[in-house]
Amino acid sequence: MSEQTQTALTDIFHDVFDDDTIVLRPDLSAADVDGWDSLAHVRLLLTIERKMGIKFNAVEAGKLKNVGELIALIDNKLSAPARK
Amino acid sequence: MSALYSELSWLPRTPKDFTAQCKDVLRDSEPAGARIQTLASCGMDENQLIRLAKVISSSRADGRSLAPLSEYRLALISNATVDFIAPALTATAARYGIALECVTAGYDQGVQESLNPDSEINRAKPHGVLIALDWRGVPVKLALGKPEEAQAIVNGVLGHIQMIRNGIQQNSGATCMVQNLATPPELLMGSLDRALPGALRNLLDSVNHGLAESVLGTSDVLMDVAGLAETVGLANWFSPSEWNLAKLPFSQAFLPLYADHVCRIIAALRGKTRRCLVLDLDNTLWGGVIGDDGLAGIQIAQGDAVGEAYLALQRYCLALRERGVVLAVSSKNEDDVARSPFREHPEMLLREDHIAVFQANWNDKATNIKAISEELALGLESLVFVDDNPFERHLVRKTLPQVAIPELPDDPALYARTLAAAGYFELATFSQEDLSRAAYYDGNARRAALQKQVGDLNQYLASLDMEITFQPFNETGRARIAQLINKSNQFNLTTRRYTEAEVAEMESNPNCFTLQIRLTDSFGDNGMISVVICRATRVGDWDIDTWLMSCRVLGRGVETMTLRELLEHASERGVKKLVGTFRPTDKNKIVEQHYSKLGFTEVARSADGTTVWELDVAAAKVEACPMRVRSDGFAGRVSVALQGQ
Repeated sequence: MSEQTQTALTDIFHDVFDDDTIVLRPDLSAADVDGWDSLAHVRLLLTIERKMGIKFNAVEAGKLKNVGELIALIDNKLSAPARK
Repeated sequence: MSALYSELSWLPRTPKDFTAQCKDVLRDSEPAGARIQTLASCGMDENQLIRLAKVISSSRADGRSLAPLSEYRLALISNATVDFIAPALTATAARYGIALECVTAGYDQGVQESLNPDSEINRAKPHGVLIALDWRGVPVKLALGKPEEAQAIVNGVLGHIQMIRNGIQQNSGATCMVQNLATPPELLMGSLDRALPGALRNLLDSVNHGLAESVLGTSDVLMDVAGLAETVGLANWFSPSEWNLAKLPFSQAFLPLYADHVCRIIAALRGKTRRCLVLDLDNTLWGGVIGDDGLAGIQIAQGDAVGEAYLALQRYCLALRERGVVLAVSSKNEDDVARSPFREHPEMLLREDHIAVFQANWNDKATNIKAISEELALGLESLVFVDDNPFERHLVRKTLPQVAIPELPDDPALYARTLAAAGYFELATFSQEDLSRAAYYDGNARRAALQKQVGDLNQYLASLDMEITFQPFNETGRARIAQLINKSNQFNLTTRRYTEAEVAEMESNPNCFTLQIRLTDSFGDNGMISVVICRATRVGDWDIDTWLMSCRVLGRGVETMTLRELLEHASERGVKKLVGTFRPTDKNKIVEQHYSKLGFTEVARSADGTTVWELDVAAAKVEACPMRVRSDGFAGRVSVALQGQ
């Protein structure tokens, strides 16, 4: 993940969970972040979609275990040619 | 997808430190209401809405006053996920001066909650209940080509919603905001889905028609979600993945828009509908500047794309007036010049007798809008102000935050749509009095009494981060200089016209001292806004042959800073005296007292009204205005002061 995307994603986490102290690391998961419930997860994914101009499908969204997998998925989407 | 709707583009953008400001509100002990309203008046995204809603609920939980926001309890009945809708409504309501408390019924518990007098919703004694049902959760099934069965299904859905309304009516007496049903874009047969009884689109059309009829004449009101979804496009509105993901009834990109529409209705129910539209003139109601371009030069005509754009706004204003909105004008202009298109231009739709108060002068607009408000005896919170100039919008917003001021797009073709999208004139119910209100105020386009200046203009100017740049005439600026010299009529002391060749000659004429002046500020680059030409005609004197400026930057201290610059160069070149002339035309009354204001002394006056003024270079004292000064390209130039023999 580029530094720029990393910064953008960190900002999104701070924004969605209203907590500026969150530091992204690959093994960070919902259990570690206050308020990361299923609805906040939806809000997180929708915010990433809007800010990064990508789309997740339900299968991808359901499988994510931690931030590492999320970053891998975003990287994958950002590098793939845009498909609408 | 149009950002106008999804991003509420008529609202100013949220400040960069929105999050920090939210925290400040929570930390400070002073009353939070006004600051929350200021933050809410920006175009917040979903996460910002939720953040501000937390600030509101925490303040309430801490027992802090939310005044001047007025309390409103809203119950929310839905058959979809409303976890994001509730905080979005709470935050958005503050935009309309309302401290909203949102009570939600359990998922799909609408009927039970409304009928049970002891339910959470009824116990909360709400002022209003939003019945927000999604078509996927109402008893609707297809009955293709079976009119009687279709009618029964429609009646069933209407009965279901009516049952909820009756329960609320009996148990809490709250006003119901009844949402109609947006229709999904997925069709079975195509266009026939609309025509064939029992097809989904046909069924939902009938339900929506029945709902609209059922609220008119009652104390309940309609929330037209179907219309909202059509406005942004059904395929944008309905997001299958978001429905699947969390039963979100519409794409969350429209959460801010949806919340704004619900809160408009609440505001209208609370009598907070705006009543008066204050209009700027130049480049807002017509293209161009009437004082410079004249009646024949402004763009306002059928058959011309630009002219028609402005006509569309005039047409919309006229329709609003017929609906009861009072129209007023606030323009930086000479009064009779500003009125001339209303009186004489054949293509103008708006006429003087449509305008209740006509305020054309050179005061700052905040002061004039205050005067309009007092003349009409309508509070500032009843006013909407439309102006193409971001400087004016920002100034009025800072000085009179109660006035609603839409941000406008660059293209005037979208002015009317933007004003309409902002929903300032939302009505919950309609009465004949609304129709007659405008007529009651109108008929004379009168002038309001002049007011004392409101707000601290200097402090505001200092916040604009202005930078003024002075340069002598050069090849780069030549065309624009010639254009300004030949076009400017209002702020023009002598109205002397020169060709581009003559301008080029001045660049190297040793007896000419010239200035081309540019201004940038936090809104952007205003470009070249002023031109000055001095001629060394007598020993020790500079005659100010030409001094002109764009009226767009009036009242910012540009004249003062220009004089300072002139004095500096004059002094360096041994010039003792500046001599200024005012030659009156029918357009330049605004600068009649220009030299007097700058501290010159009148030395001569002729029969035609021409006045001559002098200023002693060594003795002159001119206070600086808040802006940075850049002075470029003067080094190494030939001295332009005539020396004594």
